[in-house]
Amino acid sequence: MKLESKIPTGPLTEKWDKHRFEMKLVNPANKRKYSVIVVGTGLAGASAAASLAELGYNVKAFCFQDSARRAHSIGAQGGINAAKNYQNDGDSVWRLFYDTIKGGDFRSREGNVYRLAQVSNSIIDQCVAQGVPFARDYGGTLDNRSFGGAQVSRTFYARGQTGQQLLLGAYTALNRQIGRGQVKMYPRTEMLDLVLIDGHAKGIVVRNLATGKIESHAADAVVLATGGYGRVFNLSTMGLGCNVTAAYRAYKRGALFANPCFTQIHPTCIPHTGEFQSKLTLMSESLRNDGRIWVPKKKGETRPPNQIPEDERDYYLERKYPSFGNLAPRDISSRSAKEVCDDGRGVGPTGYGVYLDFADAIKRLGKDIIEQRYSNLFEMYYLITNEDPYEVPMRIYPAAHYAMGGLWVDYNLMSNIPGLHIIGEANFSDHGANRLGASALMQGLADGYFILPYTINDYLARVGAGNISTDREEFRTAEKQVEERVEKLIAVNGKQTAESFHKRLGNLMWEYCGMTRNEAGLKKALELIPALREEFWNDVKVLGEAGDMNQTLERAGRVADFLEFAEIFAHDALNREESCGAHFREEYQTEDGEALRNDKKFAYVSAWEYKGVGQKPELHKEPLEFENVELATRSYK
Amino acid sequence: MNFTLHVWRQKNARDKGRMETYQAHDIAPDMSFLEMLDVVNEELVAKRVEPIHFDHDCREGICGACSLVINGIPHGGKKGCTTCELRMRNFKDGDEIYVEPFRAKALPVVKDLVVDRSALDRVMQAGGFVSVSTGAAPDGNAIPIPKAVADKAMDAAACIGCGACIAACKNASAMLFVAAKVSHLAHLPQGQVERERRVRNMVAQMDKEGFGNCTNYYECEAVCPKNISVEVIAKMNREYLKALRKPVK
Repeated sequence: MKLESKIPTGPLTEKWDKHRFEMKLVNPANKRKYSVIVVGTGLAGASAAASLAELGYNVKAFCFQDSARRAHSIGAQGGINAAKNYQNDGDSVWRLFYDTIKGGDFRSREGNVYRLAQVSNSIIDQCVAQGVPFARDYGGTLDNRSFGGAQVSRTFYARGQTGQQLLLGAYTALNRQIGRGQVKMYPRTEMLDLVLIDGHAKGIVVRNLATGKIESHAADAVVLATGGYGRVFNLSTMGLGCNVTAAYRAYKRGALFANPCFTQIHPTCIPHTGEFQSKLTLMSESLRNDGRIWVPKKKGETRPPNQIPEDERDYYLERKYPSFGNLAPRDISSRSAKEVCDDGRGVGPTGYGVYLDFADAIKRLGKDIIEQRYSNLFEMYYLITNEDPYEVPMRIYPAAHYAMGGLWVDYNLMSNIPGLHIIGEANFSDHGANRLGASALMQGLADGYFILPYTINDYLARVGAGNISTDREEFRTAEKQVEERVEKLIAVNGKQTAESFHKRLGNLMWEYCGMTRNEAGLKKALELIPALREEFWNDVKVLGEAGDMNQTLERAGRVADFLEFAEIFAHDALNREESCGAHFREEYQTEDGEALRNDKKFAYVSAWEYKGVGQKPELHKEPLEFENVELATRSYK
Repeated sequence: MNFTLHVWRQKNARDKGRMETYQAHDIAPDMSFLEMLDVVNEELVAKRVEPIHFDHDCREGICGACSLVINGIPHGGKKGCTTCELRMRNFKDGDEIYVEPFRAKALPVVKDLVVDRSALDRVMQAGGFVSVSTGAAPDGNAIPIPKAVADKAMDAAACIGCGACIAACKNASAMLFVAAKVSHLAHLPQGQVERERRVRNMVAQMDKEGFGNCTNYYECEAVCPKNISVEVIAKMNREYLKALRKPVK
């Protein structure tokens, strides 16, 4: 299989304009003859569904939550990047492009990333027009802050709830179209299979989670906006419903899965406290603007933090990376935290935590300013830990977060299956091996508002309106397979809950495929995952009926897919014999412990093709070409 | 910690439903209320009892999926806190805890503690938006908005759409929810063009869904996990009256 990225020729700055001109359009009067399925209603899905409906397409939108407004984009706290240069501090489209490519450790496509930076400004305008209440200055203009590894202030924010406010913006745009009848919304509905007709994606099979009913939906194109797979680690910053199922089902139907081992470990989360824990709560990384990260210099320190004198503290990020300090990128901050904790200098009951201290900032700026900036985060921290961060430093530790990897797409955001488009976190395209803070919201909305609504025209215009019926054989077969799988899950009738399998999978992924990886560990994971999967299918217990709301059945189905997906993840991590971005292979590091990239051998996208459960997937390589940037060693010293 | 739980169980919308009693053993004070229910559910599954169904997702107080009336109070009564953020340290060892779904005619029970809140989406679909299609926006700084105004809009926009305000209200009124959106957009210049239309349509849909009226008990404000002030209801009432006096555009 040859992977064609379809990046337009010509100078980088003109590619998108040129492409927009060259793509086919669908005549306004003909748009109503087409229908599009959008799965997922987070930033990418809701914005795409709304924008496609505004153009006149008939849209069916699906989400597993009880309302489109609850997609996990809502959890993003810190902000959204754009190259507005409102702060006059030297930002530009080119700088945002360069920072993103560099931040991704040169494992993403120049063409895609440049386009992302180009459309970033329109996103802010669109959101403001929808009524998103971004933070403003006294003069009434939009405020910015610097965020996660950027040396310019380009991050727009709405208190600590930027994701929520942007999602509500997209959700209201979607609601407007639902009200007009241009979008038909299916909440509490989970996609369980993709249906291909003559090799093209033309529909999906879903389960209504309220009634258990399995049904098919057909359309001229399918868009997956189903988010990331961070929950393969079980404990993560993701919502508990986040899953890989829709993406994995598409993979099993032939869509390639790209760079699955690129998963971000977020440095600032509330540390793990016990076995019962269901999730790790993220504390926005914006806190690193004013908080200083440190651990005691002495191993096994028992004094409370405010009794440890200044000269006995190790502000390790400031020490190791003087120019970026506490704002060093996420992968670097996370690994540094692990390093000091592995060294026995971690804090808190488990020893896996570091301090994030606001004492200096409160002294410098006053409590009022800190309150204005972070009050909701401080309150959230207090509710969870019962400790007041105005008085004692926060304790934080890295946790599994965003998936840079995802289904493979070309420049048109279309996968190798014609008609199947993948947007937002669910695709692999723009963040390379590591995503910069405040760029996830930017990419989700870029895909949904400004890229997919252009590129999907080209596909639709080429294939024509199909008027496909769900009575076709292909739908019947897929429905039958979905039903059989649901029945199979219930029929196992074993002793262990899906939840307990998820925990065990998560523990093994964290240990062998987590913040750092090595060959022996990855090979071990490749032995343990299939064994755990076998145990699951022999001993999982699902109670209740298939024809009703059944949350244990939902969970079991998702865990079953994670148990297969985890294996591609480990294969990918094993194959990539280099350290880049969030993927750190212990065998490949410099003398002072920094990541050692291998551009000669690994400047490619790994795209994996399904070959059967338990079979090694086939690797396809898409070489990455860099014409405009020099592949530098990422240094934040 | 150990607790005795009395939980509403209802197989589906057609079932009559009843309270069942369960024991929660060895609960850590750091657990969230939902994590405590997770533990109880694991034990129920071991006993081949179908686990208690409840809506939840983000588990950090922002998605608005979790609900529950705990000891008679939506989200359990801790100020500015959702059920998923509520920690067991707020209870005493040995407590009896009553857990019920949000109750209102417009929010019918789907199963156990899960309710159907689609009425709230329909109210939003009736007018809770600015009609601006993708691509039609002027520059983000084209219209300056005073910081105080932006902050007021943000205060109202913080609503997570959980529905606790409705469950707390003896009239099952959705006024706080609807008013938060009306108020958010009425504060901003972007919301001015459709100001009257929006409030009229949203209120009409709210009535159509079967929500009750506001009689100023302020229970909604007391339970709102995002501390939305009842000021927004006053604002909506003013907006509504003004809108009624203007001819329909």
